[in-house]
Amino acid sequence: MTRQVLVIEDEPNIAEAISFILSRDGWSVSTHASGTTAVQAVRDAKPDVLILDVMLPGKSGYDILQDLRSADDTRALPVLMLTARGQKTDRELAERLGVNRFMTKPFSNSEMLTNLRELVGG
Amino acid sequence: MLTFNTLVGVCFLYVIMLFLVAFVADKRARRSKVRFLSSPMIYTLSLSVFCTAWTFYGAVGYAARSGLEFVTIYLGPTLVMIGWWWFLRKLVRVGRSQRVTSIADLVSSRYGKSNLLGVLVTLIAVIGTTPYIALQLQSVTLSFAVFARDRSAGWVIPDLEQTAIWVAGGLALFTILFGTRNLDVNERHHGVVTAIAVEAVVKLVALMAVGIFVVWGIGGGPQGISAAMEQAIQAAPEGAWSLQGGRWVGLTFLSAAAFLTLPRMFQVLVVENVDERQLATASWAFPLYLFLMSLFVIPIAVVGLAILPKGENPDLFVLTLPLYFEQDGLAMLAFLGGFSSATSMVIVASIALATMVSNHIIMPLWLSTRLGVDASEYRDARQILLSARRLSIVGILALGYFYYRISGGGAALAAIGLISFAGVAQVLPAMAGGLFWRGASRSGAVAGLITGFAIWAYTLFLPSFGEAGVISASVLADGPWGIAALRPQALFGVDGLDPVVHALFWSLILNCSVFVSVSLLSFPSPLERLQAAQFVNVLDQSGPARGRSFNAATSEDLLVMAQEIMGSDQAQAWFQAQAEQQGKQGYLPDTTPDFIGRLERELSGLVGTATAHAMIGQILGGTTVSVDDLLAVADETQQMLEQTSQLEAKQLELTTTARQLSEVNEKLTQLSIQKDAFLSQISHELRTPMTSIRAFSEILRDGGANDPEAAARHASIIHDESVRLTRLLDDLLDLSVLENGQVQLYPRREVMRDVLDRAIAATSSVIDQEKMHIHRNRSDEGGALYTDTDRLAQVFINLISNAAKYCDAKDKRLAIRVRQRGGRLQVDFVDNGSGVPLESQSMIFEKFSRLSDQAAAGGAGLGLAICREIMDKLDGSITYLPGQSGAAFRVTLPIGTQSPFGRRWPSDINHL
Repeated sequence: MTRQVLVIEDEPNIAEAISFILSRDGWSVSTHASGTTAVQAVRDAKPDVLILDVMLPGKSGYDILQDLRSADDTRALPVLMLTARGQKTDRELAERLGVNRFMTKPFSNSEMLTNLRELVGG
Repeated sequence: MLTFNTLVGVCFLYVIMLFLVAFVADKRARRSKVRFLSSPMIYTLSLSVFCTAWTFYGAVGYAARSGLEFVTIYLGPTLVMIGWWWFLRKLVRVGRSQRVTSIADLVSSRYGKSNLLGVLVTLIAVIGTTPYIALQLQSVTLSFAVFARDRSAGWVIPDLEQTAIWVAGGLALFTILFGTRNLDVNERHHGVVTAIAVEAVVKLVALMAVGIFVVWGIGGGPQGISAAMEQAIQAAPEGAWSLQGGRWVGLTFLSAAAFLTLPRMFQVLVVENVDERQLATASWAFPLYLFLMSLFVIPIAVVGLAILPKGENPDLFVLTLPLYFEQDGLAMLAFLGGFSSATSMVIVASIALATMVSNHIIMPLWLSTRLGVDASEYRDARQILLSARRLSIVGILALGYFYYRISGGGAALAAIGLISFAGVAQVLPAMAGGLFWRGASRSGAVAGLITGFAIWAYTLFLPSFGEAGVISASVLADGPWGIAALRPQALFGVDGLDPVVHALFWSLILNCSVFVSVSLLSFPSPLERLQAAQFVNVLDQSGPARGRSFNAATSEDLLVMAQEIMGSDQAQAWFQAQAEQQGKQGYLPDTTPDFIGRLERELSGLVGTATAHAMIGQILGGTTVSVDDLLAVADETQQMLEQTSQLEAKQLELTTTARQLSEVNEKLTQLSIQKDAFLSQISHELRTPMTSIRAFSEILRDGGANDPEAAARHASIIHDESVRLTRLLDDLLDLSVLENGQVQLYPRREVMRDVLDRAIAATSSVIDQEKMHIHRNRSDEGGALYTDTDRLAQVFINLISNAAKYCDAKDKRLAIRVRQRGGRLQVDFVDNGSGVPLESQSMIFEKFSRLSDQAAAGGAGLGLAICREIMDKLDGSITYLPGQSGAAFRVTLPIGTQSPFGRRWPSDINHL
């Protein structure tokens, strides 16, 4: 059974890289570039795991995470957060909001895969 | 049976007794602390010099003629003691703190140590007191005469005038012996004060004894007295016993004023005051004394009127009543009472006047003849001073005697007393004004005094010599030269007033008016202002001044003071060291001049030279604080004030600096926050392309896509992102250089059209890619430029490529319009997109303010920030133009006739 992953990332090249890496590993990948409509996209796609950028147009990754954690159907969704702003305070904020994994860009492809597998229990 | 010899003998014995009392008191005062003298009772009793022979004999006569009116003479002082005691307190405090020696000294000192005022007040006091002294001579002479007449069988005094001369001479001798006996020219006379107190008791006892004898011995008790009173009222001439409001108010005020200004009252009240707290007791005890003195006046008067034969002088009822009933012992006592009243008044008054005359008239004259004599002749001066005092005493009594001779000795005692009162009362405005009004000036005081005194002399004093005297009957009746308005006793047509009230009214009204108006118009000297402040504010300056007699300056006192200033431990250590130097044990060295000098220097370091000098001077007692000392103190105070204001200025400066610092700090904090945000931004901007590069390079390294086409695409993404990274770094460096002002400009002469051509050529690839149309009107683009046209082209390139990238119209179009406006060139770039939203327009020139979210646009959000920096450097500007169809930017810059550096280039001139 293929695992569903949703990538919310506004940088097209990065989104493409992640898609390629995950597809090759056997994931079913969909991408979304807007922050504003991200929560709806999650509801529509019903992924097994979510990769979430922080700096998104319209709505930040933190806000999206907060929304997800306060809704019943998305509360338990495993989230891997990716950010180019890798400061300590960013990580702390993400953890307080209930993130499952936190990675700073640039990231190692294999590490990301490991993290994702762990999140879906595979 | 009393004989003349007995009478004279008793007088002698009495005088010797007084002398002994004074001698003993002086000795005790000298030897030990003056605790016994500082008793408030002695002070209160000494105030009874107010009650002279006039009150002793004259009050009864007054009552016999005018009923209760005599009470006004007691009412004034009573009101002052009870109601005006704040005035008295201030007067005493000033007198003591300024070491005032007389009322003339007080006024002179207050108005800048003016000797003119001292002389003036002295003259007024002498002239005002002379009738009063004459009055005492008269009363003593009369009392002798009473005995003489009644003893027709025994002895007779052939000539009243001769008696008077003996009395005057005796009193002069008495006063010289008492008042100037010692060589210590301290203005205080403990012995005299004690003797006066004894005399006060004698007066009171004598008058009460006569009163009791009259009421219960011959008058038939209180009922008998009231019957006699009714009889007297009926017998008296019409209206004589009725109460006249004007006179009552006037006389009460007069006696109150006199109580404060009479030289002898000032002497006992202020100069002889040992401790300010004595006033508290005196404020009730002295009115009580006055009450007792006046208790039997009416009974004696009415009984005298009823019993004694008609034509008896009511001024002598106190004597004649006991004599009539052959009560020799009582008569003797009454005589001694009257004698006491007269002598105490004469002694104190002549001491006070002699002090004034010698200090303000004789000494200044003597000093002026010996200018340049050095200070070693001080002993000489003391001798001169004492001689001057003695001479003055003789002179004053001689004056009194001559007044008595000239005035004929006939006027009623009370009338003479009132004339004196009105005379000295002229000092009141200057004195009271000086104590309470800082604006009172020397000129005002002089003018007021002269005015008041002249009017007093003209309306009251000179007419008192009678119609045969100085002012003729015709002047009295019709005025000088027949001018009725100037009649001495009806000035300015104010007729029908009692002469005393009339004189008092006019003299004081004009005195006050002149004093106040001249004070307001004149400007006081610095010394006057200093003294004014010290007088008016005397109550704020310190606690009550305690005993002044520091004659025995002990090093203990100095130690106490030094402890106050240096601190206990330090002072004790210093004193101990000094004592050791003198070969002594303990903390108290001998007060050698050497030691005093060193102490003064020691203290100077702490409180300043003048203050130290003044303080030690105070404790040593011998030296008064001189004017120079006071001025030096004032000077130091001034310096301290200046230092204080300097400190305040410095503090203000510090406050300002602190505020500036905190502002700078705030700015730095703000900058630091901005820097952090900027670094965070840069980090993000750098990490983003790097993320793609790393991800795709890892994909390629790990075997990549099987599909070579995909691999090629990945490699091309890596390439693009690397280019993006490089451009970002370039932009950052560019911006950094521009912002730091380190940029080097290369101005060149070029036409606008060429710069635009170059910019469009440089952006042709993106224009072609985005299929954007550019509209220009090349004929408008001929404006000459003299600027760094490469930098200008950079701005244009940025704007054109932004339009190409961000214009969201289907059919992209960009209009470039060049115009000349007031010496500047305007270049507008307007596209047909939807433009920049209003809320973002203000921030598009900020760093990393990329509006679009697509990194695909390739910029890092630094472009417009760089443009703004460049235009700044080129002396131009770039702004967003709102209200156009699409996004619109306006670039303005100077026309090329001027260099961007505000300099005309020599080669330009040919082109103009």
